[in-house]
Amino acid sequence: MKIAVCINHVPDTETKIKVGADNVNIDKTGVNYMLSPYDEFAVEEALRIREKFTGDVTVLSLGGDAHKETLRKALAMGVEKAVLLKDDSVRDSNGVAKALAEELRQMSPDVILFGKQSIDYDNAQVGTLVAEMLGLPSVAVVVKLDIQEGKVVCDREIEGGHEIVETKLPAVFLAQKGLNEPRYPSLKGIMAAKSKPIEEKPAAPAEVQVQTIHLKKPPAKGSGKILSTDDSAVSELIRLLREEAKVI
Amino acid sequence: MDAPKNKKQANKHTRCEMEQTTLNHVKGGSFLLEETDPYNVFTPEDFSEQHQMISKTTSDFVDNEILPRINDIDDQKDGLTVSLLKKAGEVGLLSIDVPEEYGGLELGITSSILVAEHIGRTGSWAVSHGAHTGIGTLPIVFFGTEDQKKKYLPRFATGEWISSYSLSEPSSGSDALSARTTAVLSPDNNHYLLNGTKMWLSNAGFADVYITFAQVNGEKFSAFIIEKGFPGVSTGAEEKKMGIKGSSTRQLILENAQVPVENLLGEIGRGHIIAFNILNIGRFKLGAAAIGAAKKVIADSNSYAKTRMQFNKPIADFGMIKHKLAEMAIRTFVGESMLYRTAGLIDTVLKNINKESPNAAAQTLKGIEEYAIECSILKVYCSEILDYVVDEGVQIFGGYGYSEEYPVARAYRDSRINRIFEGTNEINRLLIPAMLLKRSRKGELDLLRRATQLANDLLSVSSTNCEANAIFSTQRKLIDNAKKLAVMMTGIVAQKFLERLSEQQEILSNISDIVMDVYAMESVLLRVEKNLARETANEIHIKIVKTFVNDTMVRVEMNARDILSSTTEGDTLRTYLAVLKRFTKYTPLNTVALRRVIADELIGKEKYSL
Repeated sequence: MKIAVCINHVPDTETKIKVGADNVNIDKTGVNYMLSPYDEFAVEEALRIREKFTGDVTVLSLGGDAHKETLRKALAMGVEKAVLLKDDSVRDSNGVAKALAEELRQMSPDVILFGKQSIDYDNAQVGTLVAEMLGLPSVAVVVKLDIQEGKVVCDREIEGGHEIVETKLPAVFLAQKGLNEPRYPSLKGIMAAKSKPIEEKPAAPAEVQVQTIHLKKPPAKGSGKILSTDDSAVSELIRLLREEAKVI
Repeated sequence: MDAPKNKKQANKHTRCEMEQTTLNHVKGGSFLLEETDPYNVFTPEDFSEQHQMISKTTSDFVDNEILPRINDIDDQKDGLTVSLLKKAGEVGLLSIDVPEEYGGLELGITSSILVAEHIGRTGSWAVSHGAHTGIGTLPIVFFGTEDQKKKYLPRFATGEWISSYSLSEPSSGSDALSARTTAVLSPDNNHYLLNGTKMWLSNAGFADVYITFAQVNGEKFSAFIIEKGFPGVSTGAEEKKMGIKGSSTRQLILENAQVPVENLLGEIGRGHIIAFNILNIGRFKLGAAAIGAAKKVIADSNSYAKTRMQFNKPIADFGMIKHKLAEMAIRTFVGESMLYRTAGLIDTVLKNINKESPNAAAQTLKGIEEYAIECSILKVYCSEILDYVVDEGVQIFGGYGYSEEYPVARAYRDSRINRIFEGTNEINRLLIPAMLLKRSRKGELDLLRRATQLANDLLSVSSTNCEANAIFSTQRKLIDNAKKLAVMMTGIVAQKFLERLSEQQEILSNISDIVMDVYAMESVLLRVEKNLARETANEIHIKIVKTFVNDTMVRVEMNARDILSSTTEGDTLRTYLAVLKRFTKYTPLNTVALRRVIADELIGKEKYSL
């Protein structure tokens, strides 16, 4: 089984994001980066599929040299190979998908995994776009993935319930939280990752179709108001909800 | 500066495979006599990518697997600590110090300290982990026969078997060699029959193996590997302890316990070599665990101070709370600097040992033993940093700090043991000057000659003039003077009391305090100087160094005054006091302002990260 996982290098979930001086990018000073959490489920699933069926797992990431850190983490978790599609420019989802699709077309893996979305810009588009570009079936928001003889049965999370779908390999799957419990990169894995190569390739070019022109933080939350504790509070509350908050 | 001592570096394998800045060998204890180049110091900012990944794995493991279960662990819920140890084994957290040929990873001291630091946040569980991987495993790593290593180490590395260790007995603690447990060879020469009671065995309740000591024929102190199933071996009831309640602590009761002769560890009559050498590493790791625990208390206290409102303000806005937070952070940053500086010193030696060599274990041990003084310093200093931090932590939480509902009460109880086990802080305070003097007499350290020289040149000593523009010129000068004071005081005391010096415990303790303060001040200074040169230091680091040196020099002066007033009198005393005054003269800094800035930096963050 040939398995590919596309992963992204994103700001740590604990980062307090500041908008940069240009109002288009975030201020990257002091920001720690990590493997995007949904991508981590995808890597773990890839390793489990390999452990069950044998084969090998390749992780791909599009970006600058900094992405090597995240690729290395996947290698430390037990992935065999890593490919960095080198590109320092800002791309939209279509541009990212195009570069990944080019590379995946040549690899022609049986299973392609993504996180359901990358937690930086949250577009949740790349995995599905790649499937479309490669003409492969795709299943998004997967919480269970069962590869059987000649078919794959997936459990997808949908609003208020679950949908069970069936498809055939090769296919693209987008991991949701709950798919598995990712392993810790073991100390042995970390040391082994040191000697695993990261192949660097130029990323296929793509035109920018959607461009960020402004980033904004949500307005700061005001402090709460405590009204008096007697009956008059009720009419005052109604007045405020009508006139100030304008919700009733 | 010494050139790297070892020409064998070209050999196929070197012991520590971690990428690390190449440092030159620095002789153990020589910090007191030499000036150290900041570039030759290892700092947390020098961690390799692998170190950082190990740090992340350990930190995530602690946050996700251990801390959420800390209440159950402290209730000694059946099998929990052991199952978590096995889980840690799967991640590799039990095998860092075990050689590769016995299922280990052998990643070097820095990694080991890094892991110990993170696990230090877990209180009881850290003690279980440390007892197993440190004092429980290392005696076999360093002193075991090939068969013993093959049998025990792979099982210890995975957690299949848990180990335990004891040196103490009901009537012998610090005076360990007076142990009463005896070992007598059985008539058929197949077994030793052990009789006696060992005390305070961490992990005793679930351990598969106990490493302990007995007097062969009542006089030759020797080590043994005892398995749970050997006839005549049992454990006592769980001790009811003040803290670290989740770690199992019991007596080991040996009643004609049959220990096969092949389970003698090391040579007969050489048990003390094992006991004392293992303690060096144990002390170092204890320091690391204390710093890890301190960082957690700082983070908890910080977030509490930011949300606890009094007088319509978060208490973090008040000056006295800021003082506490800043001081907790300063001391912890200093401790951390000392830890990794020492890790770098030891790894530099270990890196050059060819691990294929038949006496690699002995060389490693010798490499660590060289830094026994630094290990003792770390044990005392870091355990006292933690005690300060937990004490102020409780104070920041106020009444809630006294309640078990909040995490700081546990940290307070758990901290206290650190000043007692692995050699009390008192024993270590005696050891530091004793080791310095011993090495001086053996010609390994040029301390006593230097002391005489200083005494002769007393009046030519310069006062603390600052060079213009250098950020730390005052601090450098003060630290240099503190070193001279330490050397001078040791000389004066050694000359005055000669062979009866060991009876002067109070004065030895004063000397120790100066020596430790020197190592602390210099370690934090060197770290920040190195970082300044490569622009990884910030304003806060500079303020930490300045505040710490400012306050510590007062303590150095007080200790020196105590030493002088209890060893000299009359004109001699007056002359020395005048010298002391010149040595320690500086214009005090506005530490209120400095601490407020340090506190505000911390308050602006969620975790301890400076």
